[in-house]
Amino acid sequence: MSLLRLEDVSKIFGGLIAVNDLSFTVEQGSIVGLIGPNGAGKTTVFNCITGNYTPETGDIFFDDQSIAGLRPHRIVSLGIARTFQSIRLFGRLPVLENALAGRHCRMKAGLIACMLHTAAQRREEKEAVARCMEELRFVGLAKHYAEPAGGLSYGNQRLLEIARALASDPRLLILDEPAGGMNEQETVALVETIQSIRNRGITVLLIEHDMRLVMKICEKLVVLEHGSMIVQGKPEDVQRNPDVIEAYLGADDMKW
Amino acid sequence: MKPFDIRQLLSAGLALLLLILPFICNAYWLDVCVSIGLYALLALSLNVILGQAGIFHMGHAAFFAVGAYTTAILNTSFQWPILWTMPLAGAAAAFFAMIVARPIIHLRGDYLLIVTIGIVEIVRIALLNDVGGLTGGSNGIFGISRPTIFGFRIAKGTQFYYLVWGMVGVSLLLFHSLWHSRFGRALNYIKEDDIAAEGCGIHVSHYKLIAFVLGAFWAGMAGTVYAAKMTTIAPESFNFLESVIIFAVVILSGGSHLGVLISAFLFIGLPELLREFSNARMLIFGFAMMAMMIWRPQGILPPRHRRYNTAVSLAKGTPPTVDFASTSKEETT
Amino acid sequence: MEQFFQQLLNGLAVGGIYALVALGYTMVYGVMKLINFAHGDIFTIGAYLGLSLLVSCNIAGLLGPMAAVLSVFVMVALLTALVGYLLERVAYRPLRNAGRLSAVVSALGASIFFQNAVMLIYGARFYVYPDFLRPNFTVHLWGLDIPGIRLLVIGATVALMLALSAFIQRTRTGAAIRAVAIDPGAAQLMGINVDRIISLVFLIGPGLGGAAGLMVGIYYGQIDFTMGWSYGLKAFTAAILGGIGNIPGAMLGGLLLGVIEALAAGYVAMAWKDAIAFFVLILILIIRPTGILGERTADKL
Repeated sequence: MSLLRLEDVSKIFGGLIAVNDLSFTVEQGSIVGLIGPNGAGKTTVFNCITGNYTPETGDIFFDDQSIAGLRPHRIVSLGIARTFQSIRLFGRLPVLENALAGRHCRMKAGLIACMLHTAAQRREEKEAVARCMEELRFVGLAKHYAEPAGGLSYGNQRLLEIARALASDPRLLILDEPAGGMNEQETVALVETIQSIRNRGITVLLIEHDMRLVMKICEKLVVLEHGSMIVQGKPEDVQRNPDVIEAYLGADDMKW
Repeated sequence: MKPFDIRQLLSAGLALLLLILPFICNAYWLDVCVSIGLYALLALSLNVILGQAGIFHMGHAAFFAVGAYTTAILNTSFQWPILWTMPLAGAAAAFFAMIVARPIIHLRGDYLLIVTIGIVEIVRIALLNDVGGLTGGSNGIFGISRPTIFGFRIAKGTQFYYLVWGMVGVSLLLFHSLWHSRFGRALNYIKEDDIAAEGCGIHVSHYKLIAFVLGAFWAGMAGTVYAAKMTTIAPESFNFLESVIIFAVVILSGGSHLGVLISAFLFIGLPELLREFSNARMLIFGFAMMAMMIWRPQGILPPRHRRYNTAVSLAKGTPPTVDFASTSKEETT
Repeated sequence: MEQFFQQLLNGLAVGGIYALVALGYTMVYGVMKLINFAHGDIFTIGAYLGLSLLVSCNIAGLLGPMAAVLSVFVMVALLTALVGYLLERVAYRPLRNAGRLSAVVSALGASIFFQNAVMLIYGARFYVYPDFLRPNFTVHLWGLDIPGIRLLVIGATVALMLALSAFIQRTRTGAAIRAVAIDPGAAQLMGINVDRIISLVFLIGPGLGGAAGLMVGIYYGQIDFTMGWSYGLKAFTAAILGGIGNIPGAMLGGLLLGVIEALAAGYVAMAWKDAIAFFVLILILIIRPTGILGERTADKL
């Protein structure tokens, strides 16, 4: 069964077609890569899925429920969490509180409960802290929990974004260039982390320029060019596809 | 942790000072301290909006006015006892805030600033023009009675002092709890980066609105106390300068609750200390505003990071969501 | 109909003055992202300086009304430009890298300081500009009797606005100002001296604001030390209305606000004049959250 389904999605910015009639599916429990040259519209597709943009045409189904046009926070609570291409952490807040931001939508305490610190509120808070500490441990940042997020290394900031997303109990995790700015060693560790995420039963959809990473972990690739899909399929098939080679010829951001 | 925490020491000292103040200062200064308490109340409520959620709101005097006038009208026209009007004054201000804030809450920084200034001006002009025949025009409303608690009439300075500072104390506890909760954190996320906050699952416009409404509720209740203390209120008590002072108290405070109290003392107490300069008083005050911001651009006491007990693990019965055996990298890195 | 056109012209004259003051707000905002709340009081200072120069220094007596007004116009602009320059150096430059609201509080402090300085120097009473300075010819146009002063104010404000536009659009310095407004960091890297540009903006904006103060003195004949609050607030409203940081927007916003106010005062109720201006502002911002000419900057994700 497909967890996420895009049907004829188009997004236009002032006459410029960023995404053109795009349809693809993401199967439950898989790791899918969305690739393509710079400016192909990959991040725009992500922003349509996460509710930051509303597509002009077409529809997006998550678990057979239409989500196109819903506000981002609604989509997170439905079970889609994301990371940002340009890291968007709360830099002055401690690492733990960044993770707690992701947990927010699973907590219930209302205004009055928060002002009075009721028993239920305190229990929920304790659970949230424990859960977020687990996620920090999962990505290897637990010992940094009290430091301001802005002081972390670039690679660790990307990991913290993943931990923050995981704290919201997603069923689908959307990663926008998770290896961007990471060194060799960090990228290797990241591959392991993404595979562990999938082993927890979370479906992963990612944009990535590091082709070795993509080839290694994705079960399916969707290739975009100028907002349209030119091919989709298994990584080894895609790699051999002449259209893909054509599209990437001369593109210097590809490391095959 | 150090055995002596400077902030805790400062808080304890301030609390003690506030308790004994009525025994050591004269009626005039006691009155000043009642004003300081009132501004502290207003600034604490504005701090939720401006300090914690980072919403540029310079119109808090409008909510203060709605509360004060609600109390004054209910008391003088309908003979309600003062303290009974307090929840209603808060509710009226909160309701007003909800109506005006809903369409404008998404406006960016400086646009919101001028709109909130505009709201103060609209409210003041509406009050001046005796809207609905209830507000008494430029004369305002007089003959507001004194509050009574269980038959005990509050009229003396000392009694007002304890009423106001008692309210400040309760508000401090409630707002501190609020700060240290998912609600307070949500406001901080919004202040830091509202797009990221929304992307993490926080209903940004909802929280902004609730922050506004909550702040207005408190300002409305402060309006009740003000009306009862003055027994006469007029539109000019709720002008733009009033909003500016509350705004400046919050910015100078740095955002922590202790900072708000200290800042309120500086801002409201300073002009009184300068009384001997008579006419030049506000000149020095304006200069001091510049000097204080240049001296401490980040404010007197910025809030500290919240503390969490990270030692606790998930309660029994919660299904394990993370498989540590195979995934933990904490030891390897 | 006659009343309508008279109100319209009156609105354009007042609106032109709002626009001149609004330009100061919007230019400073453009390069520093700061709302210079003291700008309204620089306008007041302009009005008082003008009066002092004309009457106390007897320039009006020496040169005759026309030449006196023109020369004092220039002198006031230069002197208020100097005040603006000093203001930036003392109150804003130390806060350049602090939070934006810290600078706003400093600006509010400067405003209180200036207002009280004027009060201490001149006293709390209002002052009257001598009548003979006011050109009192009338122009007959389209069957209307239009006071000449009204046309002169409109003409002067339009001329100043055109001159400023030409300066910003056509000169190298103007291009540098635009560059700093878009991205101070990048401008610095391209070899633009950002400090100098900011200082320059703090000369031009207050200079125009001070000149506007003098115009109000001559137009209405009466000034007082609190006038900066209301004019400043209106001009700031105008700048926002047009889209803050946008120079044509400030001009359009000023003229529009002046006309709306004049018509509201004439047809609705004088007592609600100020409230109506803010109502219109709120309505327009609900429809266009970035003001009439303000560009919607897409948030990068």
